[in-house]
This record gives sequence, C-alpha cells and structure tokens, in this order.
Amino acid sequence: MKIRGKVYRFGRNIDTDQIYPGRYLELHEPQEIAKHVMEGASASFAAEVRPGDIIVASTNFGCGSSREHAAIALKKVGISVVIAESFACIFYRNCINLGLPLLVCPKVSELVTQGDYIEADLAAGTVKNITQNTEVQGEALSEHIINIIRAGGVKPLFKAKFGQG
Amino acid sequence: MHALEKILAKAAGLPRVRPGEIVNAKVDLAEVNDLYLQAIKSFHEMGGQKVHDPNKIAFVLDHYAPAPTIQSAANQKVMREFVWEQGIPHLFDIDAGVCHQVMLEAGLVYPGMVLVATDSHTTTHGAAGAYGTGVGATDLACIMLTGEMWFRVPEIMKIELSGTLPHGVMAKDAVLHVLGKLKQDAAVYKAVEYTGEAVAAMSMAERMVLCNMAVEMGATTAYIAPDEITRAYLEPRLGYWPEVAHTDADFTYWATYAFDVSELEPQLAAPHSIDNLVGISECQGTKIDQAFIGTCTGGRVEDLAVAAKILKGKKIHPHTRLVIIPASREVFLTATRLGYTEALVEAGATFSTPGCGPCLGAHQGALAPGEVCVTASSRNFPGRMGSTQAEIYAASPAVCAASALEGRLADPRKYLVEGGYRK
Repeated sequence: MKIRGKVYRFGRNIDTDQIYPGRYLELHEPQEIAKHVMEGASASFAAEVRPGDIIVASTNFGCGSSREHAAIALKKVGISVVIAESFACIFYRNCINLGLPLLVCPKVSELVTQGDYIEADLAAGTVKNITQNTEVQGEALSEHIINIIRAGGVKPLFKAKFGQG
Repeated sequence: MHALEKILAKAAGLPRVRPGEIVNAKVDLAEVNDLYLQAIKSFHEMGGQKVHDPNKIAFVLDHYAPAPTIQSAANQKVMREFVWEQGIPHLFDIDAGVCHQVMLEAGLVYPGMVLVATDSHTTTHGAAGAYGTGVGATDLACIMLTGEMWFRVPEIMKIELSGTLPHGVMAKDAVLHVLGKLKQDAAVYKAVEYTGEAVAAMSMAERMVLCNMAVEMGATTAYIAPDEITRAYLEPRLGYWPEVAHTDADFTYWATYAFDVSELEPQLAAPHSIDNLVGISECQGTKIDQAFIGTCTGGRVEDLAVAAKILKGKKIHPHTRLVIIPASREVFLTATRLGYTEALVEAGATFSTPGCGPCLGAHQGALAPGEVCVTASSRNFPGRMGSTQAEIYAASPAVCAASALEGRLADPRKYLVEGGYRK
C-alpha cells in the first residue's frame, strides 16, 4: 500500500487539545468536527489542507486526551497518512480503528520540510521524499493493521462479524 | 510475570503473556463519559442492538456537568436514553462527579480487574491494583458489542520514590518532578509501576495522583501493588477483598528509575508542557489571574483540606479568582462536613458542582487571552483551559491555594506549620 502526498510538518508532543480543542468536544458530526482540525496548533491548517495531504511530526504525536474527535477530524479532511517518530497509544488505536494509517518512522522529521512531496509504503515501512530524493526506513504496518486500513477501519469488520442486524 | 501481566493473562484466558504480544482480553468494566456520544454512534454503526453485558458498562456524565449548552444537553439526553433502554445499571448523572473518583468510591474498581474507559486518565485505577486504560469511542463501542478488547501487552517500567515528602510538598510535586526528569514521552505505551517508601507512606488519594499522571508520560496503564492502605480504602466499598496477584520475585523490569523526594520543593510545570518543570523558588512572584483546584488529579478531600488550611480566616488576592470543584459528590459532602467548604467560600473561592470543570476548557472557569492560571489539574497544553494565549502552570493544590492568596505564584510551605497537614 503506497500513499503519495504533500507534507504538513509539525513538531514534538502535538497533543490532542491542539489537534482538536476541548471547547468543540460537544460536536459529533464529522463535517462539523473537521472545521476545527489542528486549530490549536495552526490557525491556517483547516483552510489549507487538501484531501491526500500527509502530516509529518516528531515524537509523541497525539498525546493527552483520548478524544476520538482528533482522529475523526484528520480522517474527515482527508489526511492520507500521519507519519511521526512516535505516537501516543490511545491516539494510535483511534486512528487505526477509523482506518487512518499511521506510520512510525524514527528519523522522519530530519527527512522532510513543509510542502515536500513524499511517498509512504505502509507494508514496507519506507518513506521516500520525492522532492529531495531521499528515503528513510520506518516500521512496517502488520498485516493485521493493513487489513483494518483496507476495510476502512474496524467498524465494517465488526459489523460483518458481530452485527446484530 | 508482573502482576499486570497476570491480570491480562487471566482476562485473556492464557497461562502467560509477554511484552509486545497482542491479546484479546475480557473487560470487567467499560466506562463512557459524556464527551463520547460517538461510542453509542459507533455501536449502532457496527450493527449493535443490545450491549454484550449491561452490568459491565457504566456511564458517567462529568465533563459537561451540568450541561452548559444545548448541544451538550442533547448529547447527555441520548446517553441517558441509551442507558435506560439497554438496562445498564451504572449511570452516574451530573450530580456524581469525575468518573475516576466516582467509580472508585462506588466500589466498581477492584484489584486484578481490567477497566477500560473513554478517558486518558483511566491509569488512575492502578492505585487500586486494577489494569486501567483509556480508549476512544470506537474501541469502547467494540467492548459494548463483544465484551472484549485487544491489548498489546506493555513493557513495564518501575519508578521508585524513596525518602519522605517534606511538609507542604505533595504527591503532585513528586510526580511532576518525575515528569520533569523523564519527560512526557518517557513511557509511551509502557506500564508504570510506582514503588518505594514514599509511595508506601501515601494515602489512596495521593497514590491516585501518581497513577493519574502516568498518562502524562505516555503510559498505557499504571500500578501500585495493593497493600493494607489499598485494602482499608476499597474493602468497605467492595464489601469483600479479592485475591490479589503479586509480581514474581524474578520479574525483570524494562527500566527502573529511582528518585529521592526528601529534598523536593514544590514543583510547577510551566507553560506549555507538563515536563517543563521549575521549582517554586524559580517562579514565585509571577502574577496569576486564576487558580483552579479540582479534577481527577487534584480535587479530593485531602486537596480541599490543604487549601482550607492555607486559606482559613484569610481572603484571596482581590485581583485573583479561585475556582474550586470537588471531584465528586462524596468529596463535596465530606469537605462540607469538615468545614473546608465554608472556610474556602469565606476566603473568596468560587465553588462549582462536582465534575471536570475548566480542566478541558469546556466551561466553569475558561481562561481569556493573556491570562495566567495555576491549576491542580494535570495538563497545561496550549489552549487546554480556554484561550491558546493563556498560560497555565500545573502544580499541587497547596501551591494553587497559596498563589490565590498572594495573587502570584507562591510557596505554600510558609502557611503550613511544621507537622501540619500530612499528620
């Protein structure tokens, strides 16, 4: 599974309050949630982001609150993959559950700058910077997780297996 | 195996588990709070009609208690209706308080259980010897549908706190000190166990603070081996005492860190990250606009007690607000019976009813641009309590009370007589 897109670059410890501020937590429709994506970290992101864009960040992306709104917002605006040096564990689960792929790639923040075009290979775990013609090796996604991503998240899988009608 | 591994192994029906392994484990209690209408939506989206076991589900309406907007009121309405329709026996409505405090007080938390909640601070329940972890809405919906969840068995790190906390220095100061040294990504997807003589001497309330803040270093769960203090707190609430699994003597920890707390001064996490630590001596005098005492981190009886001790018979600074929100109804009642509520209100505190309050910037004390707040809660992320242009210092309830009194960041030790509140 290969994903190509333009990079939005973020730093260390981007918490879920920055991805999706607490004052909007009462919202539950994805299109309403998406209007506030990354609002605590960047005032312009929500207006500028385009479907297919890629977020690249340093360590501990998604730390803090367990709010699934953070994953819903990124998924709804069409972020194709988030690549970071490490992810907070609840955020990681939330994104995979919704079918939004995440790639752990220890050196990725040295590889890319804002606006670069990159290609991530989820099964191989590689990140290729097309703009700068460089490449780094990250952690390949397991077959189990790739199957969840292909299905569009856990909901279709659980519906098929456990749905009560 | 570690006690936490034994808990997961038992819940997964396996003889043993190893770090890194993925296991499907039965969940003893799944709790949903009122930020997570999506849990019900996801349940329906997956074709759910009846929950797997209503007795193993709790709903706590705490983050928007009482509802500040029409939308949050509408969300709570849907949740109540779901609870009643599904026959879920554990509904803690807006009168109850913060989920973690409420579940412990209600006797729903016991050593050896697996507790999953839609709240990152579910690590708190390690103080009761439970495997507690936070999830998002869809994971919780999967549990409501199947009674199980997949876990990656975490590596376990040990944090040993030796020595004795000095007067006026609290568990919050100890855990902030640890965060300042280890940093906020030190335990990403690890379990954190706290041990040592300082932990052994702590009350349950103080142990809850340590475990609560473990998530701020990235931990998926936390643990303190149950002892007589745990038992004295839990047994009357449970009505029994379960058999407790112990860590094997030959267990090897992923990492061990040791800290002596004997010489600690009050600690503050300065804006805008929880590992940006300063001692009170480095920042006292900084003007504040608001102090906040409350939440699953700093809103227990002991926290209101130290604030009352500092503020009784005095008035807070005229340019400062002091917002106090007891963590639960039981905390509020106890603090009232003991006279703390009266002392604090007379000193100028603004009380709100039990719940999460302004911790997440939703209501009851949000911050304006340019304001400075000192808080007994757990997070000082940009915009956490309102404006991203506000500055938040996270500290102990004692520091918050002393700072409200002086209108600037202040050292509480001068207000706490030797042999004071810890006795």
